[in-house]
Amino acid sequence: MVKDITIGQFFPGNSFIHKLDARAKILTCFALIIFIFICKNFVSMGLMLLFVALVYALTRLSPKLMIKSLKPLLPIILLTSVLQLYYNNNGDVLWSYKKLSITDGGIYMAIFIAVRIITLLVISSLLTYTTSPTDLTDAIERLLSPLKVFKVDIHTFAMMMTIALRFIPTLIDEIDRIMSAQKARGADFESGNLLKRIKALFPIFIPLIISSFKRAFELADAMSCRCYVGGKGRTRMRKMEFTYRDAVASVITVIICGAIIFMNFQFEALI
Amino acid sequence: MEKIIEFKNVSYKYSDEEAEVINDLSIDFYKGQFTCVLGHNGSGKSTMAKLINAINYPTDGKVISFGFDTSDEDNEIKIRQNVGMVFQNPDNQIVATIVEDDVAFGPENLGVPREEIRKRVDEALKIVDMYDYRLHEPHKLSGGQKQRVAIAGAIAMQTKCIVLDEPTAMLDPKGRKEVMSALKRLKDEMGMTIILVTHFMDEAVNADRVVVMNDGVVCFDGTPQEVFSHTDELKKIGLSVPKPLELALELKKEGYDLGTAVLTEDAFLEAFKKLQ
Repeated sequence: MVKDITIGQFFPGNSFIHKLDARAKILTCFALIIFIFICKNFVSMGLMLLFVALVYALTRLSPKLMIKSLKPLLPIILLTSVLQLYYNNNGDVLWSYKKLSITDGGIYMAIFIAVRIITLLVISSLLTYTTSPTDLTDAIERLLSPLKVFKVDIHTFAMMMTIALRFIPTLIDEIDRIMSAQKARGADFESGNLLKRIKALFPIFIPLIISSFKRAFELADAMSCRCYVGGKGRTRMRKMEFTYRDAVASVITVIICGAIIFMNFQFEALI
Repeated sequence: MEKIIEFKNVSYKYSDEEAEVINDLSIDFYKGQFTCVLGHNGSGKSTMAKLINAINYPTDGKVISFGFDTSDEDNEIKIRQNVGMVFQNPDNQIVATIVEDDVAFGPENLGVPREEIRKRVDEALKIVDMYDYRLHEPHKLSGGQKQRVAIAGAIAMQTKCIVLDEPTAMLDPKGRKEVMSALKRLKDEMGMTIILVTHFMDEAVNADRVVVMNDGVVCFDGTPQEVFSHTDELKKIGLSVPKPLELALELKKEGYDLGTAVLTEDAFLEAFKKLQ
């Protein structure tokens, strides 16, 4: 049950997108996310969606994967859209009941917002689906390294992220094990009202927290046994290199961003 | 033989209120030896292991590892560079999300140049027979495989000695066998000094030297043959003897003397054939 969580998962592959340098991927994804919010009409948003769909196709991952991970977020997307219907009163009134009225502007807006959220989710999934956690943390460490000037401890931050990612599967296994153990002793997680169900979680999380602390202490010992004293004087085995691929990807991203600004001016703004 | 680790009248307790876990212990470990430290739970064997590479500091006395006093904080890195450690729970000692990155963790900390790390990691993984798994995720490996990755992590730092604190306690028989044969390769091919803390008697039979601990003191110290000949005393402190020897001793009561050197199945069979 707990094992179905797919947020931030990595799906290994050999595509053009997989082979991109993680730093290039983070930066281009970041740029695209900003430009989602710069899109002002259906034409520019459509262009963005088309581009993102094309990139997704390039990863050679199954579209089903994306749809599956969007499914649990559907209620949030729908709720945001419906709120737009209600709040946006531009354009002709199509239907009204007391204070509530739906206009064609509202409908456009609702669709626009839904497309925006979906595009946003697909872009962020593109990053995690095609980049291994190690590459991701490495890239973040290197991208943030200029902050060292301000005495920010980037290395420790990246190390914390690596360890967190490393222990997610271990802790998921542990939750499964504790739940089985508690069920075997008669615990009931699936019936009763909300309060009762929340209470039923305590016997899972208390052992989990205790064992996590134990793990943390042991890991700290193991790390210091391997001469870990922080980021100072540390070298890395992994090399990160920008290649022609990253140049191509960056240029294409810049072109798309430029096209979006052009479309914004060319067509009537919705927002 | 060259003395590499020295315990000089070492005592250790976790807190002032508690009794001493290690009590006036003096013992030496020698280069290239495979030493097995036996003892039941609470005998102080794990504490002793942690005293070797400065995770625990002696409350009294001195531990000298590779010529460095472990009580001096400045020596920590120098000692740990020489003495690698493998712990009981394989999950709690793997740091990275990919096998080869984890093996590289130690050398990276030591500031070894990139090409050199690559070479060391590949060599270390080949010795423990995990090279084919170098790009795997650790949580998808079996317990025995994870422990071998942990051993590779120690070798990649080019340690001269590896201390293993009950590395097989959480493994199935297959995993246990894998770890033991990896250790044998380390000793035979690299001349690594190995100190194995365990409560499995079978793992001690192939050691060069067996040390038995009880209540914070050493009660037997010698070759496996010598130590396991004290069957009754060992039983008194809660330890057993290897199964083949136990069987031989039972047979002796019935009048069939196989001797006391039958520690392994093969030795037992040979002695048994002679008897016929």
